[in-house]
Amino acid sequence: MDNVQIEPAARKARRLPADLGILMVLVGVALVFEIMGWIFQGQSFLMNPQRLTIMILQVSVVGIIAIGVTQVIITGGIDLSSGSVVAMTAMVAMSFAQAAGYDRAVYPSLTGLPVLVPLAIGLGLGLLAGIVNGQLIARTGIPPFIATLGMMVTARGFAKWYTKGQPISFPTDGFAAIGNGALPVFIFLGVAVIFHILLKYTRYGKFTYAIGANAQAARVSGINVQRHLVKVYALAGLLSGLAGVVTAARAETAQAGMGMMYELDAIAAAVIGGTSLSGGRGKIFGTVIGTLILGLMMSGFTFLRVDAYYQEIVKGVIIVAAVVADTYRQKGRGKAGI
Amino acid sequence: MISERTQAAIDRFKSKADGPLLEIEGIRKEFPGVVALDDVRLSLRRGTVHALMGENGAGKSTLMKIIAGIYTPERGTIRLRGDEVTLSGPLDALERGIAMIHQELALMPYMTVAENIWIRREPLNRLGLVDHAAMARRTRDLFARLNIAIDPLTEVRFLTVAQRQMVEIAKAVSYDSDVLIMDEPTSALTETEVAHLFAIIRDLKSRGIGIVYITHKMNELFEIADEFSVFRDGRYVGTHASNEVTRDDIIRMMVGRDITDMFPKEPADISDTILSVDGLSLDGVFHDISFDLRKGEILGLAGLVGSGRSNVAEALFGVTPATSGRIRIDGQAVRIASPADAMKHGMAFLTEDRKETGCFLPLSILENMQLAMLQDQNVRLGFVEQRAVNRQCAEMRETLRVKTPSMDERIENLSGGNQQKVLIARWLLTRPRILILDEPTRGIDVGAKAEIHRLISRLAGQGVAVIMISSELPEVLGMSDRIMVMHEGHMTGILDRAEADQVKIMELAAR
Ligand SMILES: Nc1ncnc2c1ncn2[C@@H]1O[C@H](COP(=O)(O)OP(=O)(O)OP(=O)(O)O)[C@@H](O)[C@H]1O
Ligand SMILES: [Mg+2]
Repeated sequence: MDNVQIEPAARKARRLPADLGILMVLVGVALVFEIMGWIFQGQSFLMNPQRLTIMILQVSVVGIIAIGVTQVIITGGIDLSSGSVVAMTAMVAMSFAQAAGYDRAVYPSLTGLPVLVPLAIGLGLGLLAGIVNGQLIARTGIPPFIATLGMMVTARGFAKWYTKGQPISFPTDGFAAIGNGALPVFIFLGVAVIFHILLKYTRYGKFTYAIGANAQAARVSGINVQRHLVKVYALAGLLSGLAGVVTAARAETAQAGMGMMYELDAIAAAVIGGTSLSGGRGKIFGTVIGTLILGLMMSGFTFLRVDAYYQEIVKGVIIVAAVVADTYRQKGRGKAGI
Repeated sequence: MISERTQAAIDRFKSKADGPLLEIEGIRKEFPGVVALDDVRLSLRRGTVHALMGENGAGKSTLMKIIAGIYTPERGTIRLRGDEVTLSGPLDALERGIAMIHQELALMPYMTVAENIWIRREPLNRLGLVDHAAMARRTRDLFARLNIAIDPLTEVRFLTVAQRQMVEIAKAVSYDSDVLIMDEPTSALTETEVAHLFAIIRDLKSRGIGIVYITHKMNELFEIADEFSVFRDGRYVGTHASNEVTRDDIIRMMVGRDITDMFPKEPADISDTILSVDGLSLDGVFHDISFDLRKGEILGLAGLVGSGRSNVAEALFGVTPATSGRIRIDGQAVRIASPADAMKHGMAFLTEDRKETGCFLPLSILENMQLAMLQDQNVRLGFVEQRAVNRQCAEMRETLRVKTPSMDERIENLSGGNQQKVLIARWLLTRPRILILDEPTRGIDVGAKAEIHRLISRLAGQGVAVIMISSELPEVLGMSDRIMVMHEGHMTGILDRAEADQVKIMELAAR
């Protein structure tokens, strides 16, 4: 220490905390919509609590998935299966959640079950899908992209096969309550807090970052890399299952087409939030903000009555811009670009 | 008759030809929180080797990266062959005739040796596609000129660290540059390869190439360098001809005080056998290795690069488990199938390759240091006992004098020697009973080296059994109670401290 010259002024000026940076992006996006709102609509965008609640509600499900995906990406992997697992778990959970006496139920003899049953089945199925992902990756060594791509197709197929394409409806009040009001938002934030603690303060978290930073060094440092990866993918699957249950409960129906492209929104939220696709870097806080940025954009475009087609185009551009910005942030730290 | 103007031009040209090849002045470079260089200068003449000396973190690599166009300095001028230049990037520097061999090797593991060397300069055939035959031929020519025996078509990941180093050297030479920068090129080489490298350097020198050579090894300075410059804490201390100073002078310039280089092992109570290895083999790599290791003992492992020293260590630690043979710890036969198994038996293993199997580059110093110690004693219900861990890490940082503004700094931003210290700390923090060290003082400056030797010696005094691999014979001789020598995967002898000397070891190592 004694030999190092520290210049506090230079230091503060140069190094903006990454958390603050992403928060400023969120504020920036909000302000842009606010200003555009006054110009084009003659009203405030932000001063409308109802709109903001709906906005967060809409992205909670993607947010829940994004949290699981974030930790997968931190290990240097990817999970493409989450959207399909949402559909699969929504279908299966819903089939055990149908109201008593509903005669066109999937299992007419199993209606009116307590809410714990479909909840446990949904979570369990998600967990199982995650374990299969993890085992495939850990045991066969195939790239996560391929393993989870397989699961993505399989789970979607399963969801369609399950009722031969028929939607499943009429849940018990207890099940529907899971999606009631702002509960999904609290579930999302609760999960975020749990995983923030998990990644930051536990050995599980330290190992997750280490594997993404350098898997070989992680192994030599005594980490059972394969076993740990199974855990990481399993938890991601569990969260997809939770997202599936919440989706079904909120819609009070389940269809095989649910959760379409959610995996990409989730990955986008993580990446916008500063998680590095090359592994070893990322935070739940960033992902939550990234999710909110996505939500804000969707809700803002709707508010400005921007055509849905344009929305997709702009969304794509913004995702790429976020990654480019992140790359520059990396270089700004004094690393050479070679 | 030549006009006055022409005459002036000729004079200018002449003075340029005689003047320094590379001259830099007033360089300043800051990183967030650190001034790495301040008002630094250097002058390199044609056909000479100019050594850079200084403690870990003195700014040597940073200065070289500026010359190689990787960093842009905040202030200062660079004059190349008399003309002031601004380098826009590494490619620009290469085109102007400045090539650099980095401290951390940077070859692409899944590409062949030839592809690595000629990257971006691949010979093309008539269809505009890469002409692999021509590329291999060129590589063979280059290797023949440099006397290197590596097959151009092997993938780099199959090469040893020393072989990779030779490939890096060949690659840098292949640019036919005027200025060649070598950042600790010998830290992974044994004496035979060092001699080989020096032969190459002498040849380059005779062709008028100027070489900047960074090293922590004093004897190399006297052997190969014509002059040297010393840096301390990012500042320029002075330049001298290497034949007009003594090693003590240099150390004083580097650290500002006197220091003993090698710390001979303190006598320790060598007691019961803790590790006993019997007929250990890994097919095609090493064969029939047997030895006993006792508490408090330091067993040196010597041999040329490629003799299987590191492979034996990797097998003991379960990185690449042996295919046959027996390992017993405290008299009990054990199965070590992974590093996690080895750690359960109280083993620790500092690997040779900091980049591949050591550092978690995107993570902080703290995260890097604490990782291996997150076993049961520092974790409760899955939660890391961060306060206790932080305290131990902070102590280790003091002991090893890791030079950094903060433990939250990314390890990537540390100087090479300081990274090495963090990795040593990582393993010492696990409180091992059996400590395996592969090139522990690689890239570490003289002062810190003595400190690390003393630390190892003190651990042995406390009953830790140590296996130490080192390419530096004086280090092996100074530290070890016994020395096991290997040659091409076979054990050729075990020497006691009293009977061991350089000649005996070299005889056993070369056979
Ligand atoms: N990219 C970076 N970001 C922040 N600090 C850096 C960066 N690169 C180097 N430094 C700091 O600059 C100082 C000089 O580092 P440098 O790598 O030049 O040392 P060195 O003399 O080569 O040491 P060594 O002998 O250990 O290789 C160190 O304090 C280091 O931590
Ligand atoms: Mg260096």
